Amino acid sequence: MLELQGVTAGYGEFTALWDVTLTVNAGEAVAVVGPNGAGKTTLMRVISGLVPIRTGDLRLDGRSFAGRRAHEIVAHGIAHVPEGRRIFPRLTVEENLKMGGFLPASRRHYAETVGRVYDLFPVLAERRRQRAGTLSGGEQQMLAIGRALMSKPKLILLDEPSLGLAPVMVLRLFELIRRVRQEGYTILIVEQNVRQVLSLVDRAYLLEVGRIKVEGRSADLAEQDFVRKAYVGI
Amino acid sequence: MEPILIAEAAINGILLGGVLALLALGLNLIFGVVDIIWIAYVELVMLGMYAVYWLVTAYAWPLPLAALAAVALVTVLGLLVHLLIIAPILSSPPVNQLLATGGLLFFLQSFATFLWATDHRSLRLALPILEVFGMFLSFARLLAFAVSLLAMLGLYLFLTRTYMGTAIRAVSQDREAMALMGADARKVYLVTSGIGGAMAGLAGALLIIQYSVHPHFGAAFGPLTFMICVLGGLGNMFGAVVASLLMSEVISVGGIITSTEMAYVVAFVIFIVAIFVRPEGILGKRE
Amino acid sequence: MKRPLAILGLALLAVFPWLPLGPARLYILHVAILILIWGIVGTAWSLMGRFGLVSLGHGAFLGVGAYTTTLLWNFWGISPWLTTPLAVGAAVLLALVLGYPCFRFRVVGHYFALVTLALGEVIRLLIIAERDWTGGSLGLTLKDAGAFNPWAIQFADKRIFYLIALGVWLVGLWVWWRVDRSMTRSALEAIGEDETAAASIGIPVTRFKLRITLLSAGLTAVGGVLYAQYLTYLNPGVLAGIGVSLQIVFAVVLGGMYTLLGPTVGTALTIALAEYLRVAFGVKLLGMADTIYGLVLILIIIFLPAGLYGGLKELVLRRAAPARVVRAPSG
Repeated sequence: MLELQGVTAGYGEFTALWDVTLTVNAGEAVAVVGPNGAGKTTLMRVISGLVPIRTGDLRLDGRSFAGRRAHEIVAHGIAHVPEGRRIFPRLTVEENLKMGGFLPASRRHYAETVGRVYDLFPVLAERRRQRAGTLSGGEQQMLAIGRALMSKPKLILLDEPSLGLAPVMVLRLFELIRRVRQEGYTILIVEQNVRQVLSLVDRAYLLEVGRIKVEGRSADLAEQDFVRKAYVGI
Repeated sequence: MEPILIAEAAINGILLGGVLALLALGLNLIFGVVDIIWIAYVELVMLGMYAVYWLVTAYAWPLPLAALAAVALVTVLGLLVHLLIIAPILSSPPVNQLLATGGLLFFLQSFATFLWATDHRSLRLALPILEVFGMFLSFARLLAFAVSLLAMLGLYLFLTRTYMGTAIRAVSQDREAMALMGADARKVYLVTSGIGGAMAGLAGALLIIQYSVHPHFGAAFGPLTFMICVLGGLGNMFGAVVASLLMSEVISVGGIITSTEMAYVVAFVIFIVAIFVRPEGILGKRE
Repeated sequence: MKRPLAILGLALLAVFPWLPLGPARLYILHVAILILIWGIVGTAWSLMGRFGLVSLGHGAFLGVGAYTTTLLWNFWGISPWLTTPLAVGAAVLLALVLGYPCFRFRVVGHYFALVTLALGEVIRLLIIAERDWTGGSLGLTLKDAGAFNPWAIQFADKRIFYLIALGVWLVGLWVWWRVDRSMTRSALEAIGEDETAAASIGIPVTRFKLRITLLSAGLTAVGGVLYAQYLTYLNPGVLAGIGVSLQIVFAVVLGGMYTLLGPTVGTALTIALAEYLRVAFGVKLLGMADTIYGLVLILIIIFLPAGLYGGLKELVLRRAAPARVVRAPSG
């Protein structure tokens, strides 16, 4: 479904990604892990269109999307849950979800979609009229994911969802992500928490200093060497 | 100084505050979304005033129709300002952005002088003066206040009940995140600029029935509007309204006790003190 | 700047009034003096502007400077030699009263510009409000002290004023140069890049910002005093309002605010433009000259964002190296 071919990208004079090639097939869950500063977030931003591609191609269902602007890429079925959640703090939970369904195609199904999000995350239903900024970290993460689901995306990008959450919350979060996956969504997840994420996904890539170093099925990768590399990069 | 005169000035202050709130809201909205201050904003109001003036006096249009036309005209002007001046300088350093809208201020003031000279022009409407508890209140002012309230209500409903309105609020909180929801930032800017223009046009229509217009009208209300915006805090629509009422009160009551110019000075002193005392009103800015 | 070249330039500038300037000599001298005076003001503004402290209210300091010395001379005959420090002090005090709350509470960027804008306008209004002794919007004339009065700093001979203005301008440049080489500059650049980071490594942000603001205000006030002494007629609209404040900023941005002579060059250009428009239109089409001025301002900002000097520099660099596409993240 998603293909990056030899993508190089960066900010200004700085290149963050070098010749990155990866694929995500429909129905899969894929992880990208790596030490800090490896370029994982840049990778996400490239896919969702926030960072332009210098060389290489980005293909969605076979069609090239390189050079498209962020709001166009979203319209083609990619929802990005950004690093740090980035929910709208002064809007209510409900308004945040509504904005998730901003696209005209999503507006038609609003009632149905928001109902399903509330089923998945009952705590959001409880707090629907609360200002999003007053939610706890875990609740905000749920809101961010729920918001992404509102556009009925084909592919969900999750950027470090466990960041800043207490260990108990992290366990719950991964449970929820598992459930989202069961609903049929394709997931690309960037995570620090290597062991946990490997138990969630089918395949994983190791990104180090902007390059893909290792890739493989998660069962094969869940051994010491890979995990250590993902944390410290040696 | 008779207390009744002060009471009258106090009421007039509130009435004026309503109209100024439109300006503060418009300017604030644009700043919150586009992150650029339209220094020439009150000049757009001036153009709205001239529009109504000429339509009524030279073409004998009925006032309500002329008012609507003015709103439409300044809305279009708002869109043009964004497309022609703001959009090209979105990523320029702040000093350039300020200079651009400052240059627009020059341009509009001078062009108005060129077209219509410096004469003060008034609509000379024979609207009634109402006597309420011994105070004389102008019907024009009451009407303007009522219309402003309706407009504020309309804006509130738009911002809270519609997709675009909520998106505008969202963009002012996190522009990138809203792009991830499929909202084209450029479109949101444009809509916001149009609304800003509409508010300015409406304010112009409401002001021309109370005041006379001349090319340097902006000098009277411009600095006041800016102070109100800073005082009310960014992204804080409610704060803008409160600040408008407060500042208008100071100008109105102060203007009776001393002179209008002196009242401005007092307003400014209060403004500075307010920054000292309640910086939260100032620090409502988004990160 | 190369030493011998600089000395030659200075010598030329010094003898300029005595060169054969033709029939328009007085007019040329007049324009030269204006360029020097406004050049001082522009240089003063750029002390703040180059560090991201954009003030749109420098007219306030200009007005305070000019009106202080003029009023004290007119009413009590006190020599401007004695009252200039007072004028500077008043401007500095004003800058302190405004600057401290702003910097302490992190009022920056557009917000700060608005606050300064309000200041400039309020000073203008204050002058108008106190019309009984300031003359209000009708203006104020410096009480005549004769054709040659060093005590009152009034001279009919423009060449003397030229030299005075030249001297003060050079002092202004010297101040700029000292700041450029000082710790203050590095600190302020760090603050300009990332205020929080600067504060976290121990830079006293408020103090540095205040220092440069007070310096800028004081120097501007001196420009105001010079203006008053030379033109002998003050008007709150010309001296204190947003119009003059914008013109100062425009001149500096046009000429480039990061170089020593940039502000003066920009001032020379804007004065030349303004004079040209004034002469071309005169009183024929009232307002047309300023309309074109405003239009030019807008166009230059949009198409030549780095000012003329910066634009030229970019042009030269682009010839030398291939273009690099640097795009900010979209959205």
